[in-house]
Amino acid sequence: MVFILNGKQESIEKPLSLDALIAAKGLCPEKIVVEHNFSIISKEDWPKIMLKDQDMIEVISFVGGG
Amino acid sequence: MNMEDLLALGGRSIKSRLLIGTGKFSSYPLMKKALEVAQPDIVTVALRRVDASSKTDNILEYIPKSCILMANTSGARNADEAVRIARLAKAAGTGPWIKIEVVQDQKYLLPDNLETLKAVETLAKEGFIVLPYMSPDLSMARRMADAGAAAVMPLGSPIGSNRGVKTRELVEILVREIKVPVIVDAGLGSPSDACECMEMGCAAVLVNTAIAIARDPVAMAKAFKDAVSAGRAAYLAGLAASGNKASASSPLTGFLRNEIL
Repeated sequence: MVFILNGKQESIEKPLSLDALIAAKGLCPEKIVVEHNFSIISKEDWPKIMLKDQDMIEVISFVGGG
Repeated sequence: MNMEDLLALGGRSIKSRLLIGTGKFSSYPLMKKALEVAQPDIVTVALRRVDASSKTDNILEYIPKSCILMANTSGARNADEAVRIARLAKAAGTGPWIKIEVVQDQKYLLPDNLETLKAVETLAKEGFIVLPYMSPDLSMARRMADAGAAAVMPLGSPIGSNRGVKTRELVEILVREIKVPVIVDAGLGSPSDACECMEMGCAAVLVNTAIAIARDPVAMAKAFKDAVSAGRAAYLAGLAASGNKASASSPLTGFLRNEIL
């Protein structure tokens, strides 16, 4: 199955939770906010979300800006 | 300056009338030093997709904890995207402060006032403290204030252009007519530009590029801080009237000359 992470298509063989995806990407949970199919998912709910085909994931963090 | 001269904004009493943006600094430690010197109460940040391959530091660790963090919605092309970014920012920890920035025009980065107004309406209802970046239009500023904007932020000139307050006459109208604070945002290139805004009666200014890309951003941050204080003090003191003819400031009676009285 495939899903879209930050606008790029990725494919996986085995079921994957949001939690496991964040860990696999080496992202620091404290620095990021995650949106799953346009809904913001709080950190405690990451393990409950299993990725489905065509899911859209956005992982966002703060950068400098005016 | 009078210690009681605080800016009431978003339910807070703000001491510093210099808001600082955090983009374009060559490093986070340098930005941190500039912020420590300028002592802003409100600092803006942006949100971006994480690039898993780049291991950049967390910018929030370089912003003094005493600062109010205000995310902007840069990258939004319409009201819906601005609302989405605002909600993400809140979830990511900046709290209720949001600078709405809706831009479709990539050449001049001029804001879309209509989409901005829509975003103000939605986000103010959701309890955000909303500061819209806007083109200085009186009707739109009124509508934004009526819709619950905590302040309006007219541009001085295009973002990052360092051209100063090219919109002066229009901003002056907002200062006279709009009930919420007027904060000039974008285009201020020198401390004298910031001072000019404050002398006009603007409540505050937001500066980023002019500090961040100066040869010495830390020293420039201090210069802007001083200029904002000077301009504010001048406004409070009441500027003397200007005229087209001279008005002698020294006695004009005859001196070293024989005068028949």
